[in-house]
Amino acid sequence: MSALRRLSPLLWLGPAVALIGVAVLWPVVVMVQSSFQAIGGEGFVAGYNGTANFRHLFDEPDFVSVLQRTLLWVVVVVVVTMLISLALAQLFHQRFPGRTVTRWALIIPWAASVMMTALIFRWALDPNVGVINVILHHLGVVKQLGSGQADWLGNPTSALAWMMAVAVFVSLPFTTYAILSGLQGIPDDVYEAAAIDGATSWKAYLAVTMPLLRPAILVATLINVINVFNSFPIIWEMTRGGPGYDTATSTIFMVDLKQGDVGESAAMSVINFLLVIVIVVVYLATTRWKEQVDR
Amino acid sequence: MSATSLPTTLPTAATRPRRSLRTWLIAGTAYVVAAVFLLPYLDMIVMAGRPNSEFGDPTIFPKHFTFSNFTTLWSGTGLGGSIGESLQIAAGATAVVLLVALPAAYYTARHRFRGRTAFLLLVLATQMFQPAAMLVGLQREFTDFGLASTLSLIVINAGFNLAFAVWILNAFFSSIPVELEEAGMVDGLGRLGALLRITLPLAAPGIVTALIFTFISAWNEFLVALTLSLGEQTSQQPLPVAINQYIGEYSIDWGHLFAAGLVATVPVIILFAFIERRVVGGLTAGAIK
Repeated sequence: MSALRRLSPLLWLGPAVALIGVAVLWPVVVMVQSSFQAIGGEGFVAGYNGTANFRHLFDEPDFVSVLQRTLLWVVVVVVVTMLISLALAQLFHQRFPGRTVTRWALIIPWAASVMMTALIFRWALDPNVGVINVILHHLGVVKQLGSGQADWLGNPTSALAWMMAVAVFVSLPFTTYAILSGLQGIPDDVYEAAAIDGATSWKAYLAVTMPLLRPAILVATLINVINVFNSFPIIWEMTRGGPGYDTATSTIFMVDLKQGDVGESAAMSVINFLLVIVIVVVYLATTRWKEQVDR
Repeated sequence: MSATSLPTTLPTAATRPRRSLRTWLIAGTAYVVAAVFLLPYLDMIVMAGRPNSEFGDPTIFPKHFTFSNFTTLWSGTGLGGSIGESLQIAAGATAVVLLVALPAAYYTARHRFRGRTAFLLLVLATQMFQPAAMLVGLQREFTDFGLASTLSLIVINAGFNLAFAVWILNAFFSSIPVELEEAGMVDGLGRLGALLRITLPLAAPGIVTALIFTFISAWNEFLVALTLSLGEQTSQQPLPVAINQYIGEYSIDWGHLFAAGLVATVPVIILFAFIERRVVGGLTAGAIK
């Protein structure tokens, strides 16, 4: 009986562990293994390749700029998302007529596929007939439809800015909801106490609300960093990382390399993977995660 | 809409506070924000209804409206096959997640045992990984298996959505008092009977949330689907991949693209509205525990 009892966790958790093993852990092993193999375009393994894949990758003329752009992409998108979400959460925490309906509108970019959202914006930015350009033309911002100025996605700088905006747009619903649920966890008497102490609303926000929101902000930031780092559909559908690799992040670069050299693409994946782990660990350490979350 | 006339027209006037200018300012701002979130998707409807002859016109709305983009979706392009493929993947992944997550979540909620923390950390780790980060590994593992892409995508989507289901179900099971189950067992239901008749129905909201969330995320998944279904006939590719058939090298068939996009997004937006309030808990619970 006691032997059976010791086995029972295995029975209940076994399927979950097996699924994680097959779908999540083993692919990591295969990926690391692939990064040291010579693999042809069709997936044919030609043998052990030492560190050649990594050396090829580091010698790519675009490698450094792609990594820098990835860092910029993650920092800008996550910081802007967090700032706007803090404001939106404050707004949707208020009582007003029609709050339920407006909250439904807020979740749409979260429920819809990111790929479709990216395609909508690609269309809206079409230099000749895109609705954003048509509106900007009416407003006098875009002087001439079809001009270089209207071709936002053809210019690497403006393309990146627009794609960052789309990435923020699709990240806002989750982040706002996460902060909203944090706000709902703060009892009203905390605010009343602050008001009695004579705190103005802005002061009360910084001194009372923000510290209590820390756990929600930490978790939301972490999840956003991971999602934004790995984000694929936005850049893929709007510019394919082009012109050249001028708007590619490391995820796009990795997918593109895969068509030519699977081994080198695996090497890029390994670098990506290590980067995510480093970012997460540094983030957890600097925010003193445990103390914050355990309180 | 005036703030003074409202309370008098409502029966609960006495209990309802008068709506101040501040409330209406807040409401107005919220309506504008909501419109910003809604408009891109409404534009999808406008585009799907725009006749081909008007696609070169720089106008916000077309002069005429047509349904032909919707009716011609089904002929030739084989979108029906893709919808079926996506349904299989999403439903399959959902079924696998439920079968696997239910026992795990229940056991970790009810028992303290060696390896419990290790298991929960493992689940948390899967939430930190994204399929994009290990795409090469996924592709090589599953093509080496010789598994059909449909089955591979079911397993992969199930694996990467397991964490959410485990967190939300764990939270629900933990909130159901053991005494309720024990009472059921005393009444002669037996352990399994108590679990099936008492605990599972009480956890139903959590189960529905996990179910819908997994379904939507498998339905929307793009990168792994694109990678594993490469080279297949369009009608056998999952819907998000198949939609890309309307993007040609030199021109894009926007009308069909957005008609298909509506088919792909409207159902999941409606589904998502049902679970909206509980989803955040499932996504963030693991990191806080």
